[in-house]
Amino acid sequence: MTKLPKLVIADRTFGSRLLVGTGKFASTRIMQQAIAASGAEIVTVALRRVDLSDPQDNLMEAIDRDRYLFLPNTSGARDAEEAMRLARIARAAGCEPWIKLEVTPDPHYLLPDPVETLKAAEILVKEGFKVLPYINADPVLAKRLEEVGTVTVMPLGAPIGTNQGLKTRDAIQIIIQQVQVPVVVDAGLGAPSHAAEAMEMGADAVLINTAIATADDPVGMAKAFRLGVEAGHGAYIAGLGRHSWEAEASSPLTGFLRSNRT
Amino acid sequence: MSFWQKIIQYRWDRIEAAISRKTSEDVRQALQAPTRNLDDLLALLSPAGADFLEEMAQAAHGLTVQRFGRTIQMFAPVYVSNECINSCVYCGFNCHNQISRATLSVEEVEKEVMFLHRQGFRHVLLLTGESPQHAPVDYLIRIARKLQPLLASISVEIYPMAMNDYRRLIQNGVDGLTVYQETYHLKRYAELHPAGPKRNYRWRLETPDRGGQAGFRRLNIGVLLGLSDWRVDGAFVGLHAAYLVRRYWQSHVSVSFPRLRPAAGGFQPQFSVNDAQMVQLMCALRLWLPDAGLVLSTREPASLRENLLPLGITQMSAGSKTAPGGYGSKEDVEGQFEISDIRSPQEVVSMIAAHGYEPVWKDWDTGFLNATQP
Repeated sequence: MTKLPKLVIADRTFGSRLLVGTGKFASTRIMQQAIAASGAEIVTVALRRVDLSDPQDNLMEAIDRDRYLFLPNTSGARDAEEAMRLARIARAAGCEPWIKLEVTPDPHYLLPDPVETLKAAEILVKEGFKVLPYINADPVLAKRLEEVGTVTVMPLGAPIGTNQGLKTRDAIQIIIQQVQVPVVVDAGLGAPSHAAEAMEMGADAVLINTAIATADDPVGMAKAFRLGVEAGHGAYIAGLGRHSWEAEASSPLTGFLRSNRT
Repeated sequence: MSFWQKIIQYRWDRIEAAISRKTSEDVRQALQAPTRNLDDLLALLSPAGADFLEEMAQAAHGLTVQRFGRTIQMFAPVYVSNECINSCVYCGFNCHNQISRATLSVEEVEKEVMFLHRQGFRHVLLLTGESPQHAPVDYLIRIARKLQPLLASISVEIYPMAMNDYRRLIQNGVDGLTVYQETYHLKRYAELHPAGPKRNYRWRLETPDRGGQAGFRRLNIGVLLGLSDWRVDGAFVGLHAAYLVRRYWQSHVSVSFPRLRPAAGGFQPQFSVNDAQMVQLMCALRLWLPDAGLVLSTREPASLRENLLPLGITQMSAGSKTAPGGYGSKEDVEGQFEISDIRSPQEVVSMIAAHGYEPVWKDWDTGFLNATQP
C-alpha cells in the first residue's frame, strides 16, 4: 500500500486524521488511555472546564503538550465577544494561538451561530490566531470563513452528541468540493462507519468525542475509530469505484449500433 | 406573554384526571416515542408508569450519558441570610419561628467561600430568605463582585426580583437563577404561603421569565415534593421547563425536585413521596427534557443519592450547610432544614468516581462575562 498523505493544517503536519475531544469521560485516566489509543495528535479541551491560572489543573496536566497539539475550544460562548475573550485569555495564559471556535447560543442542541462565528473568526485571524471554526454544514459559510483566513472548516455531521452520523452528507460533499482548507467533520458521528464514510467522501479529518467518551469501553472505541478513519481515508486515496445506480443491462439498448456495423 | 398565560390553559384537575386515566399501553408508547408530547409525559408520571420503572431508568440513563457524559457537576450552597418576612408553613426560616437569625457581612461570605474553594468548589449558589431590607440587591452585588475572582460560576436562590435588578446582578458576575414554585396548585399555594410577598403566586411564577429576559445563563426551577400531588406538580414543572427552553433559548434550564425535610416549625407533609415515586418523577423529567440539568441536593440520604446518580442526575451538592455562616464564619445560626447526606465533599466525590463518573468542579468561566474586567 502506498504511504498515505499526512494531514496538514496551517503548515503543521499531523500523523493522524482523527481529532478527539475531552468531555464526558468517566475519569481523567480513562480519557488519557482513550486518547492514546485513538492515535490522535490534536486534542481539544473546553476552556470552561480548565483553570488556566492553576498549573496543577487536572485536565491541563493530563494532556502531554509535547505529544499532542492542545487545542482549546470556546464551548459555551454565546456570541463573538465571549468567544474572542476566551481565546485571548487562553493565549495570555500560554496556550499556542490555536483556537477551535465554537459559538453556540443555544445550550440545548449546541448548534453554531453562523453570523457570530464569522465575525469572531475574522477578528481572531487578524489577531494572529489559527482559527478552526465549528459550523453547520453550510457551504457558503465555509467559503466565507476560508476567505477570512481560517485554517480549517469544521462542519457538523449531526447535532453534537447525537451519534446520528452524516445527516448533512450532501452539504458536506459540496464543502469538500469547494473549500481549499482542510475539512474536519466535527460533530454527531456515532460509529467508526460514520467516520469512515466521511473520510471516503474526501473529508480531511474527523473529530470525535461523545461516541468514544460514552462507549462502554472508551479505549476500545477509540481504537475502532482510529481504524475507521484510516480505512475511509485509505479507500478515498485508493480511488473508490463510482457507484453505478443500476446493474449493467445485459442487452444494451444501443447494441444494434455495433451489430449493424458487422 | 409569560408562563402565567400558558399555565392557565392547563387546569390542575384536568391534568390530574388525564394522568389517572393513563394505561400501561400509553406508558409503552411514551417510552418508545422518538420525541415526546404532553400525553407521553403524563403517562410516564402516571400510576400505570410505576410498573415500568426499570425501563424508564434504562432510557433515562442512556439519554443522560449521551447528552452529559459520565460527569457530575459539583456545587455548594452558601446561605448568606436567614432573615425572612414570609411565613411559608413548611420552611425553617418562617418569620414566626423563633430562631437565631443572621445576615453575613461580605467578608464573612468570602470566608465561607474560601472554605468551599479549598474543598474544590468553583460553582456556588448564594441563598437568602426574603428580606430585601437585610439582603438588598446592592448587598448581593457587593458579594458577587467580591467572590468573582474565586469562582467560575455564581448562581442565586433569593427572593424574586424585578428584571432590572436581575440585570444588575448579571452585570456583576451572577450567571444563574434558581427559583422554585414549590407547588403549582393555586389554592394549596395560597394555604402554604399565608402571608408575605411570597403569597403572590403569579409574581413568583413569572420570576424565571424575568430572569430569562434579563439574560441569566442558567435557569433552575423546581417543586418542593410533599406539598401537593407530585404527579401533577411534576407535569407542571415539566411544562414550565419546556416553556422556558423554547422561550429563553439561550439559557440552560435545570429542574430540581427536593423532598421536604424536617425543619423548624415541624410541618408534616400531606403528600409524601417515596423513593420509587422519586425515581419515577426523575426519569419522567429526563425523558421529557433530554437536555435539562437535573439537580440532587444533600436533602436526600447518602445511599439514595448513590442509587439515583446514574438515573439522570447532572448536578450535585456536597458537604452542604443550610445556615448562614455554617461553613465556619458563624456559630449557632438556624439552618433552613436538616440535611440528610452529611458526608464531606471528598467522600461524595469518591463515591461519584467509584460509580464511574467524573466529578466536575469547574464547568464555566467568568471569562464569559463582560463583568470580569474590573
